[in-house]
Amino acid sequence: MPEPKPADSVGLVVPQFRHFDEPLALDCGVTLPAYDLCYETYGALNAAGDNAVLVCHALSGDAHAAGYHEEDSRKPGWWDNCIGPGKPLDTNRFFVVCANNLGGCNGSTGPLAVKPHSEKRYGPDFPIVTVRDWVRSQVRLADVLGVKQWAAVMGGSLGGMQVLQWTIDFPDRVRHAVVIAAAPRLSTQNIAFNEVARQAIRSDPEFHDGHYVEHGVMPERGLRLARMVGHITYLSDDVLHAKFGRELRDGKINFNFGVEFQIESYLRYQGESFVNRFDANTYLLMTKSLDYFDPAAEYGDDLTRALASCQASYLVISFSSDWRFSPKRSREIVRALLDNDLDVSYVDIESELGHDSFLLPIAQYHEVLRAYFDRVRTSP
Amino acid sequence: MNMAGLRAEQALIADWITAGSRVLDLGCGDGQLLAALAEHKGVTGYGIEIDPDNIVSCIKRGVNVIHSDLDAGLSEFDPESFDFVIMTQTLQATRFPHELIDEMLRIGRQSIVTFPNMGHWKCRAQFLLGRMPVTRHLPHTWYDTPNIHMCTLSDFEDLCAEKHLEVLARAAVDSKHRAVPGMGLWPNLLAEIAVYRIRRRG
Repeated sequence: MPEPKPADSVGLVVPQFRHFDEPLALDCGVTLPAYDLCYETYGALNAAGDNAVLVCHALSGDAHAAGYHEEDSRKPGWWDNCIGPGKPLDTNRFFVVCANNLGGCNGSTGPLAVKPHSEKRYGPDFPIVTVRDWVRSQVRLADVLGVKQWAAVMGGSLGGMQVLQWTIDFPDRVRHAVVIAAAPRLSTQNIAFNEVARQAIRSDPEFHDGHYVEHGVMPERGLRLARMVGHITYLSDDVLHAKFGRELRDGKINFNFGVEFQIESYLRYQGESFVNRFDANTYLLMTKSLDYFDPAAEYGDDLTRALASCQASYLVISFSSDWRFSPKRSREIVRALLDNDLDVSYVDIESELGHDSFLLPIAQYHEVLRAYFDRVRTSP
Repeated sequence: MNMAGLRAEQALIADWITAGSRVLDLGCGDGQLLAALAEHKGVTGYGIEIDPDNIVSCIKRGVNVIHSDLDAGLSEFDPESFDFVIMTQTLQATRFPHELIDEMLRIGRQSIVTFPNMGHWKCRAQFLLGRMPVTRHLPHTWYDTPNIHMCTLSDFEDLCAEKHLEVLARAAVDSKHRAVPGMGLWPNLLAEIAVYRIRRRG
């Protein structure tokens, strides 16, 4: 954390844990006998309990959305540029909650957790969880925190899908839904990319059918590759070109297979830093939740009908150069909301930065968020 | 209706809008009209806008706004899903005004359209002098103007006749947005801004 603490930072934060004893029936048919959720909160819940905002994380996110864990932490939470005193999601006004999704590897029950009444970790036996399961698991957290209705639920990418699911499953518990860089379901191309990532992990000789921890190893090569592929799809061709072009690390080609182009070095770095913080089984689970998300499926593929019981007001945001969750996909959501006469505003933010834009402090984007949150009514 | 801050043209429109109706405002700008209609007439609906700064203003006012290019069409909206589709001072800047009017009357039961009148005497005078008109309400030079499809009241009414559209009401204001005296006699000469309420016949 920089010294002195920046005025718009939530500062030092401590992750919290909540144990839930009541069994949770999952979409896959398995029932989790109990589970833990790791979460962080910023700001304070007001007396009326109507200023709580739930932030949903994306594929590789966690509960640490803002602030710093240690005095000497170099990096703040993953959405620190957006959450804090005076920031677009202003913690002076709102009580912000972010929970690590079930199946995650950063505190909430997932493949790294020890099975109940056992000494073994779940590993590959952790059931495949869906976006709907996450909402089910987190509504109990809302109850515990005394939040009857979220002032807003907000998230980008997979997190945006979770926002949509919240408003479908608990229409009376969400006043505003901020759905960023999301889609009503993955495209075929997206599922294809996820399968490449999964195969990279599963074909790593150190994967051991998911039991790598018992073998004292990690399928690092596979996870690294998965992240490299993912990372390419999160950025636009233009931004990769602008950042790295065809620049050579040694200034000349060497006629070998070492790192030559700067982009190669960058991707290896991204892959490397990812394996140090993420679990391969969790990565597999999260890509599956993405693939399975399809709220319209049980309504004859009619998204309008899927959203028919929704009550929230929506803000839908896309980014012009996002080709993984393109503006067109956001417009599908907008259209279904319009068909249901729901309150909705939609903005496509001009950005060269691809899907990753949703995590970046783009001026226009943050201005839209700020304007929207200004309208979210809360008791004093 | 007293709606402070509205241009006379917008106040005219507000008078024509039935309370409690559903309205779509194409090119809604900063959302002022929709916000006033919501507050004073209990109107619900959406604005469509392309300019990002205007979109932020709409959101600040609590107006539902959809970021969209009118030239890309309105296929998102179902037939007859609005009571009124409004378009103020935008028709002349669209690529296919005639198709947009069709679209407006597909999704709305009635449409209200306003546009700068090229038939105003000041424009005619400049044409007589051999120049493209540049006036207070049409301040752009020919080479740098968003207005690519200018028309006169007569032209517009010809289009309505051709499309079998019924003109339910017509009004005119000047560039200071005051109602124009003498409008009944020489509308095409005196109106700087034309305001029409139209619907499909039958």
